[in-house]
Parts: sequence; structure tokens; C-alpha cells
Amino acid sequence: MADKKIATRESYGKALADLGKEYDIVVLDADLSKSTKTDTFKKEFPDRFINMGIAEQNMMSTAAGLASCGKVVFASSFAMFAAGRAFEQIRNSICYPKLNVKIGATHAGISVGEDGATHQCLEDIGIMRTIPNMVVINPADDVEARAAVKAAVLHDGPVYLRFGRLAVPVLYDEAEYEFEIGKGVLLEDGTDVSIVATGLMVEPALEAKKMLAAEGINARVINIHTIKPIDRDILVKAAKETGAIVTCEEHNVIGGLGSAVAEVLCEEAPVPMERVGVKDAFGKSGVPADLLKEYGLTAEDIAAAAKKAVSRK
Amino acid sequence: MNNTQLELIAYKIRKHAVSAVHSAKSGHPGGSLSIADIMSVLYFDEMNIDPANPKNPDRDRFVLSKGHCAPALYGALAERGFIPREDINTLRRADSYLQGHPDMKNIPGVDMSTGSLGQGICAANGMALAAKLDDKDYRVYTILGDGECEEGQVWEAAMFAAHYKLDNLVAFLDFNGLQIDGDITKVMNPTPFDKKFEAFGWNVITIDAHDIDEIKSALNKAKDCKGMPTLILAKSVKGKGVSYMENNPAWHGAAPNDEQYETAANELDAKIAELEARA
Repeated sequence: MADKKIATRESYGKALADLGKEYDIVVLDADLSKSTKTDTFKKEFPDRFINMGIAEQNMMSTAAGLASCGKVVFASSFAMFAAGRAFEQIRNSICYPKLNVKIGATHAGISVGEDGATHQCLEDIGIMRTIPNMVVINPADDVEARAAVKAAVLHDGPVYLRFGRLAVPVLYDEAEYEFEIGKGVLLEDGTDVSIVATGLMVEPALEAKKMLAAEGINARVINIHTIKPIDRDILVKAAKETGAIVTCEEHNVIGGLGSAVAEVLCEEAPVPMERVGVKDAFGKSGVPADLLKEYGLTAEDIAAAAKKAVSRK
Repeated sequence: MNNTQLELIAYKIRKHAVSAVHSAKSGHPGGSLSIADIMSVLYFDEMNIDPANPKNPDRDRFVLSKGHCAPALYGALAERGFIPREDINTLRRADSYLQGHPDMKNIPGVDMSTGSLGQGICAANGMALAAKLDDKDYRVYTILGDGECEEGQVWEAAMFAAHYKLDNLVAFLDFNGLQIDGDITKVMNPTPFDKKFEAFGWNVITIDAHDIDEIKSALNKAKDCKGMPTLILAKSVKGKGVSYMENNPAWHGAAPNDEQYETAANELDAKIAELEARA
């Protein structure tokens, strides 16, 4: 299982096609269905797939109108054009009236790779989580991504789902994994430091634990798939029990998971904390693995941050 | 309902709108007054709606894309019985449900929250599409502002409605010629509306926005038009019905003071009395 790699956008398309059999969902896409993988749904349910053309703003407000008539609507594009370009439509047309629209945002983060900075959205978690009524989910693997899509269907209200382009290892056993919106997952217990990761960074966080173990540091690893509402309890417990926190995200360190965790801990359990993420910079073209390395998003970077956090205790 | 009765209701809507804006000491009277006749025909002659069941899934929908003209919408909802008339003057107050711009969550009869220009027509498209997907025959109505058409999103919506043949959608375009900074053709000319919407694949009907007969007739023609959405280009007078507000962009988003309100109320009351005598 560990060798199997699937991009979470693939999981998204597959989940939509599966859920379409059971639920009256309508899927909108802005001329990117082959990339966002909503074409998997389109093949199964062509009547419930609506191509909006390259018009993300119209897509979000149209989704609101459909949802107001009882539809569960998925509106898909790249994270940059969903959360970025159509921010205000998401805020005013969807979130303000709390309509049942799910934003399926693929190609999030720097691992988009070769397309470069204009397509590498590193701000979406930050801007989406500031909107009232919005739920923000960033799944770590195929199993979690598909479970998240189903949870989004069942959730009454807007949900932002963040998926990646890059194939990532499957971490969870589908038969055992139970996904719950807003509930963090303790992946590995530990006592010296807690590594809190989301999305594609969960796998290197697990790697970092192994590296740290070799140096005698016992790290806890927590997957925060839901950045909003965030699981305060698991974070406070981790801070109190391990005394140091490292956050890891494929996102700007401003506004994303690191900020969300800091907000909780500053209020309830302040401890030394380090944030692994993109350091307030734009991305660039390159092979994803090279970019992850260049921008400091590897297991080595996480381990180094953990050691620094431990040293500050 | 006969034309005089509909015109009477239009003037009652105007009175509610001006009264609400005066009471709130802010709001948008000019564009509210220009759409009052359309609102009257929609809410009292055209739409299949029931104040006792405002969420009926088979009802016709209305989206005020130019959401800042909420005072006219609330006036229509009050006259039609969706909200109490006495609530109108609580507009924009922190203890009131009558928000400065339409709020579908808390105001009975409001089908979509609007206010950010360009978004309402897209939501109306979504509703019209939902009717098609569900094979239902309800219709969707929206009102665009002329200045609003400077928003690019309006033209995304125009493309969409024609592409998906939303013949159950009627968009009025309140062509009063004025926006906040003045004459629309001088600020950022969005005209010619008829040629543009025709080029986008719409059935375009041009009318006088203050002629009840023309409004009714255009709505009937829209029903007969299959396979394309209808735009009713409604040439209107901003501030219609209050002499000093007519064609004056200063009244786009300003409230009358007590003295000005008295003048406006007297003018509107006189018109209402005249229409009541005839109705």
C-alpha cells in the first residue's frame, strides 16, 4: 500500500462519480474537467455536469443559484482561480447565504510544478478560512480525499476542498479509516514534539518522525485535514503533552495551517512553535520534487524545524 | 389586476422605498423608484408566488441583481404580504432583519442574497438551470442595473444563459442612464445594450419601464420565445415619481432630509390618491 501513489484530484473525480449514483449532485467546471478530474463524473452523469467555460466568477454565483433550488453543487477549478479569482463570489453568493456549494479546488500548492507561480496557489487556505460559514478541508491521500468529498456532500453548507495535482502515497487503510469534518487524526504518538501537518505534507511529516527517532527525539504526528473548523482539543493536548509544535503545509506560512494552529495555541496553550511552509514567496516552474526541496517542504526541513522547536522549550 | 391598480401598487412601493430610506437616513432611492412599475407587475400580475409558502420549490423566483435597490423589493414584499408593512421603516437598523441589501436567509420572499453587482444574474441563471434539470416549469426573473453591466461577470452570465438556452429566464435591464458618478455613457459606456445582448444570443425587447402595458406585453412575449433567454431593456427615469429626484444622480445613494421627505411624500401621496380614485 505504501508504494501506491494517487493524486487527490483523481480521488475527487472518482468520489464524485461514485456519489453521483446515490446523491443528486450537480458538478460545474470551468473548462478544466480533464485536469480537475470532474470528467470522471461527466462520463457517468453527462446531464448533471455543466461546463461553465472559462468563467469562474459566473460559476460560483451560478452554483449559488442552483444550490438555492435544492441542488448539492460542486464547483471545480484550480485552487488559484476558485479561491483566488472568485473569492468575492464565494463570499457573497455562497457563504453569506450559507448555500450548499462545495468548491473542488485542485492543483493547490507548489507541487503544481512546471506551470509556475501563476498557477501555484499558496494563499487559498488563508483566504477561504476567513469567510464565515466556510469549512476548509485539505486531505492527505486518496482515502481521505474520497471520504472528505462524501462528508462534504452530507454537510449542509459551503465546503472548500483542496486537492493536489501530484500523485502522493496512500497513507490510510480505507476499511479502517473514519473521516470526520473538524476532527484531527493522531497518526503517531510521541512525547517530545508534535508535528502537525496537512495535505501533501503529512507523508513527509511521518518520514521526519523516523529521522527524529534516530536522533532520540520522540515526535507525535497529527494530521489536520480540516483547517476550519480546526480541532482545538487535539492541538491543545499536543502542546501540553509534548511542549513544542511544528506545523507543515504546502501553503504560505502566513494565513494557513500554521496561523490557524498558532491562533489556538496562543489562546490556550502557548509553547515554542515552528512553521514549515512557503516563506511568503511566489513559486516558480520546476519539477515538483525539486520545488518542494527548494522551498523547504521536505521531511528534512520538518525534522530540522522540530529540533529547533525542541531546543526552544 | 388592471393597469391602474398595478400603477397604484407601483406608487405604494415608491412610497415605501422613499419612506424606508428617509427613516434609515441612507440607502438608494433613485434606482428603487425607477424599477417600481416592474416590481408591481412582477409581484402582482406575473409571478407564481405565495406569501403563505415563500419557500415553495415550484414557485417562480426573483433575484434583484441590482441589490442596492432593496427598498423597492421590500416595498413589493410588504404590499404582497411577505413582510409586515410596519417593518419597512426599520430598514438598515441593527435591530432589524431588513438588511441594506437583500438577505435570503432572514427576509421572507427574498430568493437570493445580492448586493455585489454582477452576481445576481448568475444566481438567476443557476435557478433557471435547476428548473431545466428538474424538468420544472417555474420561471426566473431578475433585474440588472445599467451601470451594473459594466461588471464583466454580467457578460459571463449573458453567454451562459444563451448557451444553455434558458428560455425560462427573463432579465430586466433598468436603463435609467445614471450611475453613482454620473451618466453611464460618460463613466464607462456599456451601451448599446440591445445590440450587445442580441449578439450574445438573447431575445431583446425594448420597453418604457413606466408603462404597465408594455411591461406586461414584454413578459408575455418572453413566454412565447423558446430556446433563448429574454432581456427586457426597460428605459426608465431614475428617481421616477419624486420630482426633485428624477434624472439626478445625486439621489442614487442619498437619503432625503425631513423637509425633502415631506415634499416627496406629498407628491407620492397625491399620485396614490389620484390612482385610488381611478382604480
